[in-house]
Formats: sequence, C-alpha cells, structure tokens
Amino acid sequence: MIYVSIIGFALIIIGLYGMLTRRNIIRIIIGFSIADTGIHLMMVSIGYLKGRTAPILDKAVDQADALQRVVDPVPSALVLTAIVIGLAVTALMLAYAVRLHEAKGSLDIHDFKELKW
Amino acid sequence: MIRKYAVILILGLFVLMLLPLLTELTPFQELSPVAQKYAGEGPDALGSANLVTSVVVTYRGMDTLGEVAVLFAAAAGVGFFLRRKEKRPAPGKREASALLKTGTAFLLPLILLVGVFVFTHGHLTPGGGFQGGVLIASAVVLFLFANRSASVSRTILQWTESLSGVFYVAMGALGLLLAAGFLDSRFLPPGEFGKLFSAGAIPVIYSLIGLKVGSELVGIIDNMRGGAE
Repeated sequence: MIYVSIIGFALIIIGLYGMLTRRNIIRIIIGFSIADTGIHLMMVSIGYLKGRTAPILDKAVDQADALQRVVDPVPSALVLTAIVIGLAVTALMLAYAVRLHEAKGSLDIHDFKELKW
Repeated sequence: MIRKYAVILILGLFVLMLLPLLTELTPFQELSPVAQKYAGEGPDALGSANLVTSVVVTYRGMDTLGEVAVLFAAAAGVGFFLRRKEKRPAPGKREASALLKTGTAFLLPLILLVGVFVFTHGHLTPGGGFQGGVLIASAVVLFLFANRSASVSRTILQWTESLSGVFYVAMGALGLLLAAGFLDSRFLPPGEFGKLFSAGAIPVIYSLIGLKVGSELVGIIDNMRGGAE
C-alpha cells in the first residue's frame, strides 16, 4: 500500500503546484481537486493493513475473526464523508468563479487586486 | 522571478512536512485500539454488517451531522452566489439528440433504483447515504441533459431537503430519549443480522442522509444551470 501513499503524496504536491502557479481561477480549482484526491488516497492508505479485506461482515469474513481480517474502518469513514464535502466545496468555488467572471469579465487571478497589498 | 523561488520554497516546505508520512510511518500490524473496539463490539451492539456504516452513522454520528451541515452551507452558498435578479433567456438551447433521449429513458429508472438500493442497504453492502444521494443526483443530471427545457421543482426539493434534515435530527433526539445518547441507533429492534430490516435505526438514518444529500446536490446542479430565481 506504500504505492498508494506515494501516488497520494505526488497528487498533493502536483495540486499545490497547480494552485500556486496557475493564473486562471478554473485551473486553480482543478489544482485544489487534485490535492484533495491526493489527501483522500493518503488517508485511506494509512488505514490499510497488509493482506486484509474491506470492513464488511459477510460469508467471507466471519464475525469471530473480524479483528484479524478487516482493515481499519475509521479512515474509510472519514474519507467517505470527505469526498462528498470536497464535491460541495468545489461547487461553491465554481460559483465564486462565475460571480467573479460576472464582476470583471475575466478569470485571471491577477485582475483581482482588491485584497492585495 | 521572486515569485518562482517562493513557489519552489513553499512546495519544498510542504514536501518536508508530508515526507514523514511516507518514510517514518511503519505499516500497522493490527487494528488501532479504537478500531478494535468498533470492529469487535460493533456487530453485536449495533447489528450492522458494514463496519464503516456503523462508524459513520452511530459511533461518529455527530461528525456526520456536521458534514451534512457543511454540505448544506455549501449548497446555500452556491444558491446565494448564482442568484439571478432578472430571468435571462438561456442562450441557444439545442434539443438533445435521439441517442441521448432514448438512452436516458432506458437508464434513468435503473440509476434511480441503484441509488435507492445503495442508501437503503448501507448497513449491509458497500455504500450508504452519501453515495446513494450522489447517484440520484447524477440521474437528475442525465435527465436534464436529455430534456433541456425541463425544470426542477424548487418546492419539492426544498421540502425533501428540510424534512429529511429535520427527521435526521429527530432520530438523533429519539436516540437520546430511548437509548444511550444522541444519534444512538439502538432504540429500534436490532432484527436479524445481515437482513434489510436490521441494525436498529441505522438504515432509517442513512436513508434520510441519502435523501438530504441527493436533494442538496440536485439543488446545486439546478442553480448552476441558471434555474435559481
């Protein structure tokens, strides 16, 4: 599962790079989404235990040996909700982008100087 | 030029900060004590076969309520920012192709059915309220692509969203009154392990979450295509 950690790590850095260097607001939002996905992958990989299966009891995983057979359910639960929240936050950022474009007719972050010093 | 070096510096600091997660974190050999309690006691105490669901709905139910509130705030924000003062005629709406219309007529009931299945079986199979809600919202997106002139009824959306939210909190309060604490799902009979009607109030709560997430995401989509007034 170290590979998933490495991919997640790379995605976080790529997303941050995109957020810091791109000028188009839509691309900054895409950078955020990439970093978000990377964070999810890292969280899931932390909860993984080698050779174990999903934390769902059925015919394959008996209740008696569940402690020896399943991965940690807590990071999975966290990532489950984090994905939906990431979706909602992305939608909110896109709504901001629409309003900014209406205000200035531009999506270039350098055209918005009101909060700069 | 300074900007470029500042970006490299910030990225380098982030790499330094996150690197211990890759190099120093030794893989766990067994479950953490919290997870051991959840996995060991969870099935007996709550009757939910899906341990992730028992964590999301009951053990960390407050977190989930908070997440639903964050989702609501984001949806309200989207509605606020995309509000139009005057109704603008939509520019050049083209009819959907026959392929898309036929495909939608075939797929729409199936996608809705899968969505409802996923959130009602959240305590038995992978899935749950959040995933089911997103599936239902995706079915609505497909429908709106195929029928460009159709509009979503705001009244139904708002009532679904408000009522499911109110009932979600009411179920939590019932847990406080009839069981051990807020959002405790054990006030309904546990039923037979692994069957649809089991695990106390978990399927009810997860279905309410599914309805709420679904109606909120449909609201966001409707606002984004300019349906807000």
